[in-house]
Parts: sequence; structure tokens; C-alpha cells
Amino acid sequence: MSTLAIHDKVLAEFANQVGDEGSVAVVGGRTRWDSGGPLDPDVRTLEAPTGIIAYQPAEMTVHVRAGTPVADFHRELAEHRQHSPLPERGGTVGGAVAVGENGIDVLGRGRVRDAALQIRYVSAEGRLVTGGGPTVKNVSGYNLPKLLVGSLGTLGLFGDVVLRTNPIPPAQVWLEGVDIDPWKVFDCLLDPSAVLWDGTSTWVHLGGHGPDVAEEVAALNRQGSFVEVEGPPSLPSHRRSLTPAQLREPPTDAGPFVAEIGVGILHTTAPGETAGQAPGVVALARRIKNQFDPLGRLNPGRVPGVGA
Amino acid sequence: MFPSLRRRQTVDADPLLADLREALSPKRVRNDGAERSLMNRDASIFTDGVSGPVCLPETTAEVQAIMRIAVRHDRNVVPRGAGTGLAGGAIPLGAPIVVSLKRMSAIIDVDFDNRIAWVEPGVINLDLSKHLIPLGFHFAPDPSSQSVCTIGGNVANNSGGPHCLAQGMTDAHVVAIEVVLPDGEVVMLGGLDAEPEGLDLRGAFIGGEGTLGITTRTAVRITPNPPAVKTLLLSYPTIEDAARTVSEVIGAGIVPAAMEVMDQNATRAIEDFVSAGYPTDAGAVLLAEVEGLAAGVEIDADAIAEIGRANNATEVRAAGSDEERDLLWKGRKGAFGAIANIAPDYYLHDTVVPRAVLADVIVRINEIAARHDVLIMNVFHAGDGNLHPLLVFDAREEGKLESVKMAGDEILHVSLEAGGVLSGEHGIGVEKQRFMGELFTDDDLEHQNRLRRAFDPDCRSNPGKVMPEGHSCADIQALRSVPAEVWG
Repeated sequence: MSTLAIHDKVLAEFANQVGDEGSVAVVGGRTRWDSGGPLDPDVRTLEAPTGIIAYQPAEMTVHVRAGTPVADFHRELAEHRQHSPLPERGGTVGGAVAVGENGIDVLGRGRVRDAALQIRYVSAEGRLVTGGGPTVKNVSGYNLPKLLVGSLGTLGLFGDVVLRTNPIPPAQVWLEGVDIDPWKVFDCLLDPSAVLWDGTSTWVHLGGHGPDVAEEVAALNRQGSFVEVEGPPSLPSHRRSLTPAQLREPPTDAGPFVAEIGVGILHTTAPGETAGQAPGVVALARRIKNQFDPLGRLNPGRVPGVGA
Repeated sequence: MFPSLRRRQTVDADPLLADLREALSPKRVRNDGAERSLMNRDASIFTDGVSGPVCLPETTAEVQAIMRIAVRHDRNVVPRGAGTGLAGGAIPLGAPIVVSLKRMSAIIDVDFDNRIAWVEPGVINLDLSKHLIPLGFHFAPDPSSQSVCTIGGNVANNSGGPHCLAQGMTDAHVVAIEVVLPDGEVVMLGGLDAEPEGLDLRGAFIGGEGTLGITTRTAVRITPNPPAVKTLLLSYPTIEDAARTVSEVIGAGIVPAAMEVMDQNATRAIEDFVSAGYPTDAGAVLLAEVEGLAAGVEIDADAIAEIGRANNATEVRAAGSDEERDLLWKGRKGAFGAIANIAPDYYLHDTVVPRAVLADVIVRINEIAARHDVLIMNVFHAGDGNLHPLLVFDAREEGKLESVKMAGDEILHVSLEAGGVLSGEHGIGVEKQRFMGELFTDDDLEHQNRLRRAFDPDCRSNPGKVMPEGHSCADIQALRSVPAEVWG
């Protein structure tokens, strides 16, 4: 008896739709549709099933179908004062996991790839496969969820995922200060949810128990004058992945930017060149693709790591 | 004058040994029976390892050279850290070349701007934190074996520890890994940037139990030391009360740094061994630690105490000093040493169940132990639902080992029936291969095989582990005996 045997009609129907022939892709909210390069024309597209299968707030895990809009999903979690690391930028749960980008609150909410405990997906052969398991801790076999997060649907098409959730902090505040060294800001805080910097202003998101947030605000105000604001600044449309240290001197071609201090993401108005992967890593990734999808059925044209 | 002639005089008759000694140095390739037999076991109960030559590389280039020699001679390799694994992941099957990483033990660099440290695989987990703590940081994963286990082993096993409840397992703390792949290629998986491009091969590699290649250098995250820490000891009449407290704490939206439960058998053994200050008259104790800023620590500690009292806690005590706190943790982490006072052998189990069913599963596990007349101690990472039933026995007693193994199998089945998984932090190794088919379908296992094959198409690295028989690199029968052409 398999404890994870799939008796889910919705998932089975999704697998039928994927089938075992012809190129196929799943459409989510198209918020990152060009990630990994343009999809080949004439690819059959599908939508993933929607809805929350099981949510146990006391377990801090949720089993949700891939086509569920992130906004709906987070609304349900918020009723139990929880959220997840999926970024709040529209789109679907499956899309967010397939792309693997973190939100600007990554320091507070954690990384998408660390939250994906189990992924059930349809293979290139049209078979249902489960990677990982539903518990918060699990080292039973190879870690397929890690491989799948950020794979852009090139190794399997996601039907549903089990995600780890986090409590929403009892108190939260966004603050902004001008002409204050963002690294000193970052270093003076124990546990910020976000520190953003555009070269002039520094925005800080704090969350925790009220007295802790007050203490962090006091620490901030020792660095300079901060005022409470509604939320983060609007972000330029392109994202670059740098090391935290590289943000000290943002690339000169970035144009107006917002940097995620302590993280390394640089939101820019101009697209950047990707550094490119080492040949050995590219070869290994190709071997993985060949193992999982030798005929290139799944999301043809897309290659994880290739810029939009 | 005739260097090649002189060298030939010292060359071993065995061409594999000759090549290894040429690549490293004669003294760092050990092949006498005593040295090899030391590698035959790890900290698990498995005894059928057979080691080939033992290599002690000092650089990535040397590990690469070993791997290339292994390819040339069509021999397997098994990487080895401190050998503290509990699932048999490090035992050599079929006389492979054992690659001991213990000489690669440098903390290369601490990079504060990027909040990482570059370390070699032989660095001992606790040594890294001892190095970092005066600098204001620590390495968060803290397995109970942290005073001896290595970072390379932690990467191979995706190790956990009590403080993984809030901080996550090893894979949440590793950003980049230099790996010698089984074909001898050296690659860097992951990177220091926020979201390295391409597939997350770093994440796929971690927890691969040495079957996907050998780690030679790792960039690990360094975590700021919390300004305030509070450790609570809660005493209960029964272990169910303690387990229920844990579920309710999580349900209340509190994620403490650690929540550990010990039953009375465990606390009594520990007290006899280290005098940690545990009450021996309580049915169970819960060790709960909260950390962070001082005010929030007090708020969470008060809430945990209240939930504990509502669940029949007879005593709630906070460690009054760092010394007292250290002692409470010394007891917890020394639990497995304490059992030596009770019986000569133990089998430490490791499964995970949903936190909500912890109390029910513990009751059933205790029933299983009673039915098989095996003494059981429960010491576990309750906050994660990670159970560690410890079966204590004397293998010299007729039929005892069989009873222990049967009890172990039943515990696993109870955990799976409760919606759990096979292992929370010890891994599959050789211990749980035969159960993989109970958690996963053939299609699931085939996809795990695909990952393995992409990294290691020839089954060169640590064969005979993880996957069950009939799957990739799992031809255990062939690995149980030493190939005829290999020296004994």
C-alpha cells in the first residue's frame, strides 16, 4: 500500500489532458510567461486544476492545486493569520513554484524552494508522480521538489503542491528613511522582513510581536529618521540576481533601481545580461532534462536560467 | 638522476593503488587491513561494509584525481565524513575506494557582506559554530552528533537537529557547493547570488547521501546570534500531554527555536549519566526554547507555559543561567550516550508524522515496544513531528535483535499509516531502502532514479544506497561480496 497512492480524480483528469503525445505547456497567470525564453509556437496549452485540497493551520502546511490564484490562496491562509513565501504579484500557485522567484519579504517569509514540501506532477510520459512528502521535515529519498521549483515546467507539469506556511506576525510596519546607509540599517536589525534601497531612500519592513517591532524601530531611528509608510515602493519591472555584496555598487547600466539589501535581488528598469552558467553545470542540467523529458514535450523553447 | 626508476621501485603491485598513491602520496592511500576495517562501519547497526583502499585527499584536485582513477579502473567510491550516520549511508559496499574528507577541514573564509562562510567538507559542525559565535554568528543546523559530524556529511544527509524547527534543515543553509561529479568533472552548484539561474542542482544534490558526487567546498549561511534565549523545561504526567502541548503551540502560531520531548525512560537514563536537572518522576518532559529579541521571547515563553499548564504540565521551569541552559541541552544531546548504562546495543529510529497525530503515534509505538518486550526510550524533535524511538537491547540475548528489527518495522508502518514519511534526518542509506516502495509508487521511484542517473550514470558513487532493489545502482547482492579480482 502506498500512502501517497493517487486517488484524486481531478489530478487524474489533469494527467489525461496532458496525455503522452505532443508538446504541451501549462498556462498560469502569465505574470512570468517569458521566463526561460519564449515558448515554441503551436504548443498545446492547458490550465492546471484549482482549489485548496487540505489546509491544516495547526500543521502549518497546505495542500493546494497548482492552478489556484496566489491571491485567493493567500486570502484563505490570512483567515488563519498565516501566509506563504509565494510572491504577491498575481499569478497562480503552480506558476509561482515553477518560476521559483521569491517575494520582496523573503527575509521574513522564507524562500519558495524551502516551502515546497511535496509536488505532484504529470511526467512527460503522462504519468502521475509524487516528489517529496507532506511533512515539514523529510529526507526520504532524493529531493525532487528542490529540482522542480524553478524548473519552469520543463521536467513535469505540476498538479498540486504541499507548501509550508508561516504565521503572519502580530505587528507589522513599513518605514522609509532618506539618505541613510542601508547596510548599517540591515546590520542593526535582528530580523527584518525586507530592507529595500533605491540609492536614496531606504524602506524597511518589520514584523513580530509589538514590543519587538518597537525595539527594532528604535534601533532604526538611531541610524536616521524613519517615517511609517503604507508599503514598499513600486518596483521596476526587471529583476537581476546578484550577491548581497554586489549591491554595494549597483551596475551602472541598471538605471533607476530598487535593491533588496541582504538578499541580492536588484529590480531594474533595464534588463540585464545573465552571467551564464558554467559548461559543466549546463551539461548536468541537460542530462537531467534528457532523463525527465527526452523528447522535449514539456514547455519546449524554455530553458531554466535563460533570461526572458 | 633516474627519478622514474626510483619511483617504480616504490610503486605498488596493484595498479589501482599505484595510481592513487601517485596522485596523492603513498602515506595518504591506506590499504592495510586494520585501516580498511575501520571504514567498514558507521554509527548504524549495519555490519556488512567492506572497504577498499582508503584515500585521504587534501584538495579538490586530489578528489578529482581519485574519481578519475576510479573511472579508469572501473571502481566505485564512497565519500566519508565522520562516519556518524545512522542509516548505513557511509558503509562501503563492494570494496569501493573510500574517500575520507577528514583532512579537508579548513574554514576557508567568513564573508560578512554575503553572510556566508566557505568551508571544506571535513569541518566539524560544532567547530564552525565555535568559530562563528565570537563573530556574532553561528551555523544553524545542530544535529545531536554536532561535536563530531562534518559539514560534508551534513550536506550529504541534509542533516537536521533540534534547532531546525524554526531555522530549517541543512539545505536552507547551504548556498553553493563545489562537487566532484562521479565522472570526475568539478562543478559549482548554486551560488552566492540571491537566485542562481537554472535548475536548483544544489538543492537536488543536498541529501543525496553521497550518491551524486563528492562535496569539496561549501558556502554555508551564517545566522546572527539571537540577543535573547529562553529555555523552558515543562514536566508532564504522560508523554501524550507533552505531545499535545507541542501541537497546540504550533497551532497558536508560535514557532519556537526548538521543541524536544523526552519520556521517563529517557530522562532517568540521562540523569544517571549527566545530571542535566531533569525531573525523573515525570512521565515526560518538554524542552522548549525561544529566541529573538527580549520582549518577544518573554511573550512566546509565557504563551508556551500557559499552553503547557492547560495540558497538565506539573512544573514549568525556565533555565536561570547559561550554565543551566547548557546543561539542559547537554542532557538532550547526550541521550544516546546515556543508554550505554542500560544495555550495550541500541537502534535509533527516525520517522516523521504530522504534528497533530504525534500523541496517538507515540502511544502506538509504546504498545509495539511492549508487545516485543523491547525497552524503548523516546527522545524526539517534537516540533517537527520527527520521532526518534530508541530501542535499547542486548544483542547477545537470543532472538533480541530480531525482535528489535520487527518492532522497528512496525514503528515505520504506524508512521506511514499516520501520513508520515520514512526519515526526517537520518536518510535512507541501507536501513530503509526496502520501505521506499511503501511510501512511493514505481513511477515516483523511477523519477528519483532519473535524478540519480543524470548525476551518476555508471553508479560509481556510493552504490547500493537509497534506492530499493530493482532500481538504479541498487544491485545489493553484487555489492555484498568483494569482486574476485580485488584484494581481500
